[in-house]
Amino acid sequence: MDKPSPYFSNLKCRECGQLYPKQAIHVCDFDFGPLEAAYNYDAIKPVLTRKAIESRPHSMWRYRELLPIDGEPTVGAKVGFTPLIKADRLAQALGIRELYVKNDTVNYPTLSFKDRVVSVALSRARELGFTTVACASTGNLANSVAANAASAGLKSYVLIPADLEQGKVLGSLVYGTNVVAIHGAYDQVNRLCSEIAGKYGWGFVNVNLRPYYAEGSKTMGYEICEQLGWRIPRHTVIPMASGSLLTKIHKAYGEFARLGLVDEAPFSVYGAQATGCAPISHAMKRGTDIVKPVPKPDTIVKSLAIGTPADGYYAIHAMKQSGGCAEDVTDDEVVEGIKLLAECEGIFSETAGGVTVASARKLIETGKIPRDEAAVLCITGHGLKTQEAIIGKCGEPRLIKPSLREFEEQIYNKDAATA
Amino acid sequence: MPAVRIPTPLRKLTNELEVVQTAGTTIGEVIDHLDQAFPGLRERIVDDAGQVRRFVNIFVNDEDIRFLQEKATPVKETDEISIVPAIAGG
Repeated sequence: MDKPSPYFSNLKCRECGQLYPKQAIHVCDFDFGPLEAAYNYDAIKPVLTRKAIESRPHSMWRYRELLPIDGEPTVGAKVGFTPLIKADRLAQALGIRELYVKNDTVNYPTLSFKDRVVSVALSRARELGFTTVACASTGNLANSVAANAASAGLKSYVLIPADLEQGKVLGSLVYGTNVVAIHGAYDQVNRLCSEIAGKYGWGFVNVNLRPYYAEGSKTMGYEICEQLGWRIPRHTVIPMASGSLLTKIHKAYGEFARLGLVDEAPFSVYGAQATGCAPISHAMKRGTDIVKPVPKPDTIVKSLAIGTPADGYYAIHAMKQSGGCAEDVTDDEVVEGIKLLAECEGIFSETAGGVTVASARKLIETGKIPRDEAAVLCITGHGLKTQEAIIGKCGEPRLIKPSLREFEEQIYNKDAATA
Repeated sequence: MPAVRIPTPLRKLTNELEVVQTAGTTIGEVIDHLDQAFPGLRERIVDDAGQVRRFVNIFVNDEDIRFLQEKATPVKETDEISIVPAIAGG
């Protein structure tokens, strides 16, 4: 066992503040509130300076004092520090002065932001002595648990809804994990996992290891601040499934300000969902923080199709407190969003990215994000994983024989005529 | 009497009973009766302001009372009431 971290002190109930030891537990014994990692910021402040961070390797672990493990990370040392792209062509298309894309489609190793959370969860799982790890997943998390567990020599089980995209199923199977497909929606998979977790002594990254896992998402927020030249962006648009990523980016910005790594400045976070499963967005629009579950999600955006979002309440409060709001978009708008991002910036995003781009467009069009300000879009997973969503919607290749005459007649001359 | 299904983490307070027979015509009254029979149960389910705790769900025949009439939700003899802690995940 590693020596306890001097920075990561406890787990703490988000509801009543009760402190708990840093074990594989995730709910408060008393009021069932979620447990969250608590830190000794006074000890972190003198150590985690801009200079110290800049001297470290380009990975999410350059902010390690703000991550909930005791020793050195043993899983996912190369994860994170994905590009932040200044997206001028997309800015023009959306009609906003300044726009950035945080591009987690190229996160290492499984091309989604989930490598961030899994890297923390599995590093902690090892510290706690687990040899089998598992998850409930809509796909990206399953891919990441499977890959990172394989490279760490851990046994893994990933539980998924049976109707996932082929790329996401194959993207787990290839690592030799145990893929269990469940007849049912994600929420039913999740319910089953809550019954399994603890029963066999497995480390479920998003159940009994969730307080550790969730903190990994903060690194997306830290990187955005550092890559913007040590400042918090005025507006950030974030896709929401459970709502966890949004709450953690909000937390990350607050922590950086608290530690003096960035100046205090107003910032707003905006949550994006698909209309076919938008429990958080719909609650926010109704002006309530009571999230009504969606029993049967109906959208091509399977990665965000969580009908009972665990962090919905906290996401709503993060949006409200920061002056942000929520938006949701139809499946057709999602496809348009995917194509727009690809055509403007050369970035191929999965469906969740289409949700973020299309929601940002609506937020800008309705004046909720002012046109003369700057925004960051969080693009969380790669498009090769969700090809079904756009097959047949991006045109077809034009087929010709290997002949110069055919090329000239059917391609060049036709294009020249319409140019 | 309406029957109330008790979740595992609260069964220490109900002498390990999984289903408890209770009394009352609303959820509020049912909670009062439960607390009389099993002291300490109320504070685990409702907060100091009397509201059902955020991460506790109460279902009447599979309907969440947040979308019925909350604690004023009427209950009949034949109704099945479940107390279910919220599930993390995602």
